Amino acid sequence: MPALGADMESGTLLEWYVKAGDRVKRGDIVALVDTNKAEIEVEIFDEGVIDELLVAEGARVPVGTVLATIRPLAERNGAPVETPAAVGASRTAEVPAAKTAPPMPEAARKPPRAPMPFVWSPPRLPATKVATLPQDGNRLRVSPVARRAAELLGVDLATVPGSGPDGAITKIDVERVAAATAGKHPGATPPAPPIAAAPGPARQAAMRKAIAALMERSKREIPHYYLELQIDMSTALAWLHEQNLRRPVAQRLLSSALLLSVVARAVARMPELNGFWVDGAFQPGDAVHLGVAISLRGGGLIAPAVQDADHKTLDELMAAVRDLVARTRAGRLRSSEMSAPTITVTNLGDRGVDLVHGVIYAPQVALVGFGAVRERPWAAEGMLGVRPIVTATLAADHRASDGHTGARFLTIIEQLLQRPEEL
Amino acid sequence: MTEQQLRGMVLRALTEVAPDIDPTTIDPDADLVEQLDIDSMDFLNIIVAINEQTAIEIPERDYPKLSSLTDAIAYLAAAQTRQAARR
Repeated sequence: MPALGADMESGTLLEWYVKAGDRVKRGDIVALVDTNKAEIEVEIFDEGVIDELLVAEGARVPVGTVLATIRPLAERNGAPVETPAAVGASRTAEVPAAKTAPPMPEAARKPPRAPMPFVWSPPRLPATKVATLPQDGNRLRVSPVARRAAELLGVDLATVPGSGPDGAITKIDVERVAAATAGKHPGATPPAPPIAAAPGPARQAAMRKAIAALMERSKREIPHYYLELQIDMSTALAWLHEQNLRRPVAQRLLSSALLLSVVARAVARMPELNGFWVDGAFQPGDAVHLGVAISLRGGGLIAPAVQDADHKTLDELMAAVRDLVARTRAGRLRSSEMSAPTITVTNLGDRGVDLVHGVIYAPQVALVGFGAVRERPWAAEGMLGVRPIVTATLAADHRASDGHTGARFLTIIEQLLQRPEEL
Repeated sequence: MTEQQLRGMVLRALTEVAPDIDPTTIDPDADLVEQLDIDSMDFLNIIVAINEQTAIEIPERDYPKLSSLTDAIAYLAAAQTRQAARR
């Protein structure tokens, strides 16, 4: 069970997309996991053949539990294949598990032929502690695939007897009912309206608890320092509006994407702010994976990451964030997006506040905040004028960096925003 | 599209972009962004979904004219008429 976010302690395996004997390659989505905050598609970082699925659908297991084993593909060109466990585990290990994670267990260094766990189990969290999730009183247990099938086929889920674990409704159950109904009424019922994916009260409570634990840890352990800078957005916004006039709706840019792009580029030049504080030392991130705080309407928030954000063009970043927001709303995030952020941005501008003094997502070492872009009186070159102004803030971990570094970082952001055409 | 169809299409766009909102609770005359807690990225996704359904290109400066459900339907109906006249 990968750590999908620093605040995750356990997860429920909702559905396997693979079975023993299936060939998988890096980036394949192999399972769907419920973290209490969202349903996350788990990707794989190895190549090989699924040897065995160790966790049943519907089971709730602690982070670090081995979900399945993968047999590496046979040697290629006579050279032994890299041990895949190292690949699969290191990605999730970097982030929150790092603190509790032991060095790579001996088992993972075995000869490549042996089946490898793609997520290994730290000894502190025994894999044997497998508990099934108790049946939720009023919420049907339905696999997402079954839910989609029900929407498509116009089947009322309340009428479907579940045959999965704990009576969970599977896709086959839905299809069985749909087939039976279609037989009786050739006209078939019109598709039901999409089911609102509003999180239930149980999930909301769990999410609140997860956020509470993470924020508590952050404020207890991280000596935050805060800086703020007001930035003139006239050049950036004029450029953006001009661009958008010429663009079809689907390719339009938002100022929030511009700000994210600028942060990614600025932090690439200030690596002291990009990474993690682990075991008393700073561990730089391997790339800029930009966490984007997305608030959920039911309450709570999720901060998935845009991978390699500093190497994306503004258009690519905009498309990535638009997709990320849409999938967050629909509860379709992927594991690599949840475990990887090296720095996080929160933009509360849409909510109308002027600035945000953020709380860092431990073990990250910096959080960048933006408030609303507002027209303000602004003095420049001896003249007073009205300009659109945004307040950028930085909350940073004083163990990992000093105010001087943070100040340079914010001024780089300001400079980049004066040259939007270079993004 | 009739007004009724436009309404259905806008509601579908809303629930597609934000499956976590309940379309039955929408006050047609209240500001959509405020009552549904929509952010700018959601709003753009809604505009894109409407564009895919109707081929109406809504320029950025017209976004404020789609602030409520009633306003949005009126705007789209007018845009449709203009589009038809041009053909």
